[in-house]
Amino acid sequence: MTRTKLLGAATFGFGLLLAAGSASALTIGFSQVGSEGDWRPAFSKDMKDEAAKRNIDLKYSDAQGKEENQLKAVRSFIAQKVDAIIIAPVVVTGWDAVLKEAKAAKIPVFLADRDVDSDPSLFVTRISADFNLEGRLAGAWLAQASKGKCDVVELQGTVGSAPALQRKKGFESVTALFPDIKIVKSQSGDFTTAGGKEVAESFIKATNGFKGICAVYAHNDNMQLGAIQAMKEAGLKPGKDVLLVSVDGVPDMFRLLAAGEANASVELKSDIGKNIYDVVEAYLKGKTDFPKWVLIPSDLHTQADAAAELAKRGLK
Amino acid sequence: MIPVPPPSEPATKTRRPLPAVVWPLVALAAILVVDGFISPSFFSIRLVEGRLYGSLIDIVYRGTPIALLALGMAIVIGAKGIDLSVGSVVAIAGAVMAHFIHLGFDPAVVVAATLAVGLLCGLWNGFLVAVLSIQPIIATLILMVAGRGIALMINGGRIPTFRSDFFSALSTGRIWVIPSRLFLVALVFLVLWAVLRRTAFGLFVEAVGGNASAARLAGIGTRMVTLATYGISGVCAALAGIIITGDTRSSDAVTAGMWSELDAILAVVLGGASLNGGRIFLATTLVGVLIIQSLTTSILMSGLPPEFNLVVKAVVILAVLLVQAPKVRTAVGSLVAAFRPRRTER
Repeated sequence: MTRTKLLGAATFGFGLLLAAGSASALTIGFSQVGSEGDWRPAFSKDMKDEAAKRNIDLKYSDAQGKEENQLKAVRSFIAQKVDAIIIAPVVVTGWDAVLKEAKAAKIPVFLADRDVDSDPSLFVTRISADFNLEGRLAGAWLAQASKGKCDVVELQGTVGSAPALQRKKGFESVTALFPDIKIVKSQSGDFTTAGGKEVAESFIKATNGFKGICAVYAHNDNMQLGAIQAMKEAGLKPGKDVLLVSVDGVPDMFRLLAAGEANASVELKSDIGKNIYDVVEAYLKGKTDFPKWVLIPSDLHTQADAAAELAKRGLK
Repeated sequence: MIPVPPPSEPATKTRRPLPAVVWPLVALAAILVVDGFISPSFFSIRLVEGRLYGSLIDIVYRGTPIALLALGMAIVIGAKGIDLSVGSVVAIAGAVMAHFIHLGFDPAVVVAATLAVGLLCGLWNGFLVAVLSIQPIIATLILMVAGRGIALMINGGRIPTFRSDFFSALSTGRIWVIPSRLFLVALVFLVLWAVLRRTAFGLFVEAVGGNASAARLAGIGTRMVTLATYGISGVCAALAGIIITGDTRSSDAVTAGMWSELDAILAVVLGGASLNGGRIFLATTLVGVLIIQSLTTSILMSGLPPEFNLVVKAVVILAVLLVQAPKVRTAVGSLVAAFRPRRTER
């Protein structure tokens, strides 16, 4: 942890130096949710690295999961008269007042990742991946891999959460085109490995060893990792007896793909700094006709490219 | 027809009341019977990969972490305390365990360090309660909240994964055809039973729980006893942490053992203990654990939409608690008795 912190501080300091060197450099405030899980710290790091690369003076603020910290950070960005503000909101509500203040100070606001429920005229655009699209990609892959005939077992994310809802809807919107693809069992594994394992175990029992089941679709990789362990312990061969498709693209999933124990994972990219800064810089140069949601395309990885992806990321 | 004696008041007095252990067992049996209807193969047990395999095995197997927590909790509650921090201690133990495995230590050292950290957490709770006289629910709330932060710090904000043959064998392995983690629960149960019932310790704990002032006047070192109960609970929580972390071979500080403190407390109550302390029921606590876990497993198997999970669980738990409540039983009894004569009049 100290190493990543140092690294962050170093890149930050480096960015500052560069900014001091050239007077015309952009100053951008970025209010991040926090550093939970694997994905978000990687996203933060990419934002800092990309800013250093582009000679952007990035003012980074970690809200530690609290909206009041974010409001404070945004207000301090306004006081510092930054050129643009990027917010990755903790929650969707409660943004009206501070967004109006930013508008009054003529500072454009961009949303990264999650959405807010404020008047859309208060921010320029939202730049993020689409959970629904991730579900559709997974569904499309499965439809092709199973030739449109498949009994699916689904491991849902946390009940009521946006990614769980949209990944389910997107997946079903594609599989609905194929009359012989049916979701026969569906339960929540709460996005955790332990939850996925327990649910998969009970499904394996309920279907007498996944008899007739052709695929497991998990709303994230962690649950799929749990399901893979459960299948192994029940004497099944994951990736061979049953097709496995999930969302996230965590390092362990790439390893399993490379080993042939999983079949496909839709990647939730963390190196999206370039997508975000491209939009911000284009706006500051005068382009204004952005849609209210700039989509970051998703990627799907299979056994075929897993080894290459691992090498590309310096993992093994 | 034999003349029926008028409302059964004297009859119940003369009849010997059923032992308390009957009601949790009845509830468990009822849940299992419903499961049998939901899934015909529910009761089938066979050998897969050299190990017993079936839904019943799953219930016992998945119930082990809660069982370990609940055994410790039963003792804390017996001394009129409560330990809300066990779920967070699970997370801390998991983080410590993953950390030491990554440092390349011998499994024995890892286990010792993890249990020592669990003991330390428990003694911290005990110190706040016994020495500083902070109310147990507040004292343990501190570690409940702070514990996950500590675990996150040890994990460096990530979810470290590891490979360890020893911990995989302990958590997911088998001895002969029986999952090895069941032996661990059995061992913990026997040790605690021996300490409670074969030494004076159990008596001391129940005396402190029943009336702490009286116990002190009778010459019991109430502080040490209270401290010890929390220490035991901490070690049990660390053991549960080892099982949970070894199961998925990863230490997730945010979700490991989440809300398990509530399941543990519930298991103790389902086992017939009162939160007012004074009694420890180790065996029926385990029955309480099986009730909770069979409920969870049957909801997962039933194909019910996940939106209903918590509602169904709450309703069944409420029903079980109502069946166990003596007041409700007598009320139902007198209600039935009150309706009987009217029917005969018609």
